Amino acid sequence: MYPHSHHQEDQPILDVRHLNVRYNGYTALENITFHLHAGERVAVVGPNGAGKSTLLKVVAGVLQPSSGDVTIFGSRPGRHVCIAYIPQRSQVDWGFPVSVADVVMMGRSAKLGPLNWPRKRDWEFVQHALETVQISDLASRQISQLSGGQQQRMFIARALAQEAELMLMDEPLTGLDTPSQEGLLDLLDTLREQNVTVMVATHDLEQAASHFDRIMLLNHRMVAFGEPHIALQTGNLLKAYGGRLRTTEDGNIVAVDDCCDEGEYDHVH
Amino acid sequence: MKGNMTTFIDLLLQPLQYEFMQRGMIAAILVGIVCAVVGTYIVLRGMAFFGDALAHTILPGIALGYLISGGARDVLFWWALGTAILAALGIGVISKNSQIKEDTAIGIIFAGMFALGIAMISTVRSYAVDLSHFLFGDVLSVSPQNLWLILIFGGIILLTVFAFYKEFMTLSFDPVLAATLRLPVTLLNNLLLVLIAVTVAVSLQTVGVALMVAMLVTPSATAYLLTHRLSSMMVLAAFFASLSGVIGLYLSYYLSIASGAAIVLTATGFFMLAFGWKKTKGA
Repeated sequence: MYPHSHHQEDQPILDVRHLNVRYNGYTALENITFHLHAGERVAVVGPNGAGKSTLLKVVAGVLQPSSGDVTIFGSRPGRHVCIAYIPQRSQVDWGFPVSVADVVMMGRSAKLGPLNWPRKRDWEFVQHALETVQISDLASRQISQLSGGQQQRMFIARALAQEAELMLMDEPLTGLDTPSQEGLLDLLDTLREQNVTVMVATHDLEQAASHFDRIMLLNHRMVAFGEPHIALQTGNLLKAYGGRLRTTEDGNIVAVDDCCDEGEYDHVH
Repeated sequence: MKGNMTTFIDLLLQPLQYEFMQRGMIAAILVGIVCAVVGTYIVLRGMAFFGDALAHTILPGIALGYLISGGARDVLFWWALGTAILAALGIGVISKNSQIKEDTAIGIIFAGMFALGIAMISTVRSYAVDLSHFLFGDVLSVSPQNLWLILIFGGIILLTVFAFYKEFMTLSFDPVLAATLRLPVTLLNNLLLVLIAVTVAVSLQTVGVALMVAMLVTPSATAYLLTHRLSSMMVLAAFFASLSGVIGLYLSYYLSIASGAAIVLTATGFFMLAFGWKKTKGA
């Protein structure tokens, strides 16, 4: 079997202390400290290049921090298989010759261990995961034939097949139409019932405010972390977004993203 | 009609009366299968340039073996194997730790080593003939002993790909997933490099170093156009590669063209057909 860490259930699912990430003289993250409870839903919000993806990758144990501690249920993330990282859709090779079920089955690779082939139980796991995200009819499709929303659902199914307890999602809502976004957010509600902790990087302040328990406002440093109405106070937003924030005539605050794919504006009331 | 059929079968059977043709056929088929299966990962991971460079980089190793053994061919497999594994892991280390971009680093080493190999072989009087065999292959000179080596090492490669099928698939599709599943990513990456290296050594006599990359990528790319599953891509690539080997050898026999070139041209033809078919179907 591949190495797995055991959980100490009395520990928080994620505990980050004094985390610093530097590379090539550039500081990506500075002195980040927070912890998450099981089943919580957290949005990580901040301007482009604020270090959101870096934070998710360090928590996933894929990127090593320069200093500081990250613990999952009391031990380092490097041996946990309960963390799922869902990549930005633009970073995936959609021409890869695999079906939706193949991709979801990949999530079971660790539990299967070396030299073992999927058994009946594993295929049932995959089937069940696909049913949970409501795309079981697409199981044998090649992945390039999926819509953006279906692609995200497939990756959530893969995380479920992995039996992930902490799901890290990098900009899952970017580039999706509104109905797909709403569908995905509803799906995250379902996950909460399964006690899955969700950490989502997003630049949509409004969705972050309306669909998440807590919001982390990030710009290399942690500007604020708390319930939406506290975290998204004007002073905090100004600190996180700086000059890219302006107040419209009707009193709304608008964060203007400098290099976003859609060049869209993020609204918050 | 019956007469025509007999003539056709005669045409197919006539070359096979020679033992060297029989061995050449078997070698071409085996090498085709191995190259195609390993080549599937090369195509999907965008490693074509690495494969090409690796094949060229082993030339000084072969040349050294050739000079030491005084021109004996049978021992060259081992020299090729050793150099290929060393070069594969070496290129991996250099491209990771270099300030220069990976493809530039590979390009510098590959051309330098290739030149060194040519320089070494050029010290021998009959060098033009021997060099062309190393560069373009000489499948008709495969000895029975060589055939056994191809069979054994080819078998090991296929078994390894089969054993780590889900790991290699996961790693190639999503390296970050492989890392969060705590698969031994570095070990698997190096294992794949070694597999490519052994494949290069196994294929040396069939297509030679200069045409090797064609056997590694062309049949797999053809299969990529025609299927949507990794396993069927491997099977289809192996089919195109071995068929190219057989057809190529007949072309070589009847048209008196170099065997390696004939095999590669046939494989390229299949790719063109698949590409054209896909275009007409898609448009």
